[in-house]
Amino acid sequence: MLTIKNLYVSVDGQEILKGINLEVKPGEVHAIMGPNGSGKSTLANVLVGKEEYEVTEGEITYMGEDLLEKSPEDRAKEGIFLSFQYPVEIPGVPMVNFLKTAVNEHRKHRGEKELNAGEFLKLMREKMDLVDMHPTLANRSVNEGFSGGEKKKNEIFQMALLEPKLAVLDETDSGLDIDALKTVAHGVNALKTKDNATIVVTHYQRLLEYIVPDFVHVLYDGRIVKSAGKELAFELEEKGYDWIKKEN
Amino acid sequence: MSVITEKTDLSLKYISHFNEAKELLFADSPDVLNQHRKMAFQDFVMQGIPTRKNENYKYTNLQPKFLPDFKFLHKNEETDASLAEIFSCNVPQLNTHLTLLFNGWFYQKNTKSGKLPEGAILESLEKVAKNNPGILQKYYAKIAETGADPLVAFNTAMAKDGYFLYIPKNVIVEDPIQIINMLKSDKDTFSTQRNLVIIEQGASAKLIICDHTLDLNQYVNNSVTEIFIAENANFDYYTVQNQHNSTTSINSVFVQQEKNSNITTHTVSLHGGLIRNNLKILINGGNAEANMYGMAFLDKNQHIDNFTQVIHAKPHCRSNQIYKYVLDDKSTGAFSGKIHVVRDAQKTNAFQRNNNLLLTDTATMQTKPQLVIDADDVKCSHGATVGQMDEQAMFYLRTRGVDEEKARMIMMNAFAHEVVQQIKVETLRERIDELIEKRLRGEVARCHDCSYNCDC
Repeated sequence: MLTIKNLYVSVDGQEILKGINLEVKPGEVHAIMGPNGSGKSTLANVLVGKEEYEVTEGEITYMGEDLLEKSPEDRAKEGIFLSFQYPVEIPGVPMVNFLKTAVNEHRKHRGEKELNAGEFLKLMREKMDLVDMHPTLANRSVNEGFSGGEKKKNEIFQMALLEPKLAVLDETDSGLDIDALKTVAHGVNALKTKDNATIVVTHYQRLLEYIVPDFVHVLYDGRIVKSAGKELAFELEEKGYDWIKKEN
Repeated sequence: MSVITEKTDLSLKYISHFNEAKELLFADSPDVLNQHRKMAFQDFVMQGIPTRKNENYKYTNLQPKFLPDFKFLHKNEETDASLAEIFSCNVPQLNTHLTLLFNGWFYQKNTKSGKLPEGAILESLEKVAKNNPGILQKYYAKIAETGADPLVAFNTAMAKDGYFLYIPKNVIVEDPIQIINMLKSDKDTFSTQRNLVIIEQGASAKLIICDHTLDLNQYVNNSVTEIFIAENANFDYYTVQNQHNSTTSINSVFVQQEKNSNITTHTVSLHGGLIRNNLKILINGGNAEANMYGMAFLDKNQHIDNFTQVIHAKPHCRSNQIYKYVLDDKSTGAFSGKIHVVRDAQKTNAFQRNNNLLLTDTATMQTKPQLVIDADDVKCSHGATVGQMDEQAMFYLRTRGVDEEKARMIMMNAFAHEVVQQIKVETLRERIDELIEKRLRGEVARCHDCSYNCDC
């Protein structure tokens, strides 16, 4: 599904990713862990096409096509979704309008009929239940005045609406209490099928107790320095990142 | 030196217009209008057509717009426009009391304002001046100062007609009243329009003004409106400006409001070559409230200037101003907002904000807040921002599959939303939303079937 080969990425002339290699197949859950500043968020953002991130070398292939040539909206419509670490507040844009537009853009892309207001509201209510989101939030502006937990739930709610093939969760656990964390993880797990894949970017192991990865990769100084099964997450939790830093 | 001579020439041209028309104006008009002409004319002669040296016109250069040889209309001309033609246009169908004015003149075939409650009057100003001068004697030219603005002076010197709206004591007009100002002529035309609104004690009304043009001639429309709002009265005053790039619209509105009254003004400037909106509100009684909202959309070489003044003359009053501009291409915008709290107006709460969105590097915006506070126990604040599109928000929308163009539209609508949501007439709010959307898409929000080309 996704193949990253020898990826180098710079931001403002500073090299952040220094030769990433990663292969993600349908049905897999990959965790990317690593200390702060190792390049985790950069990797997440480069997948969805953030312009400030300049790819200087390497390639990303998604569903057999060159991903780097595509615009953020085309990537989204072809099934890549990023749950943002810091979801943006957009005053004046009602959630309902924005999401109806987004869902219908996806449907158009797939050659399906657009949903009318009634159909969309029905779909929306169903998906809000999944992450236990309060229905009144849909009448508010996008993320405006949402608590930290509400913002993260809102990301997973959008994921549920858009049904991506490849979901990238960037520090989705940060700022969540244990109940919210469980709710969010439940949402992600409920959306899991054998055909879609998830990349969980996280600093801590605790989210991985609920979203169990098939593979754990440790990112350090722009490179994946260790890859293993889920047991690696527990090892990191126990030993901390200093262990990785010393080895490198 | 030659420049100065040229400017003087321009003023002289307008001075001689008045002198030529004087006899006709005086002979044909009621005393209540005539009695102010001479004084107003002197005030105009003293000031001339404003140059940018005039502090109040620092950001708006009217001079080139006044150069063409305009036709003046000192008499009402028969208009051959059929109402059907106008209604086939994309004019808001608001289910309201609808009235038309052509080139500043009250249209004689307007159906009687029969739907208005008893005692309420919507009529030609000239007609009221002839038939019922008593009421004009008390209000006419009382707050539109001719010494402070040459165009108000010129209007008062030349004024013949416009609309007169009167809502008697305790009468509540539920449906909005809609007036369409049409500019329509066979030549480049200078129109003068003079309006008077009186909302008596405890009365309430909503007035929607739509400025339109039916042809591509050049126009200057110099309009003055005086609005008196008595104790406990409410008045909502909406102006939708949708003309074309060869029109110059100078729209001066003076409001005086008394105790416990409320005024809300909404000025939505969608299209026009040069638009200058003067809005002066005198809060003359305690516990009164004034809300002033403005939205302006500009592209090409358009220029829009909102010039507001609020005078808090009595304690315990609130004023609130939000003006937002979206500027594209090489357009230029200006906002000057003055809040004056006089010495005894304690517990005043005055707020002002101007936000501007520049879509290009070539568009420019001048914003000038001005607070003059002579009382000590007041809450006043003002703020202005000039910025570009929020790229973070744009990116967020795009990562959800919304293409760049659509995301931009969503963001611009969101920017306007804060002001649009303040429109209390639902059908108008929806209509404005639709017009804004069309405007932002670059479509002509006008008659579907007419051959307008707004690149003019």
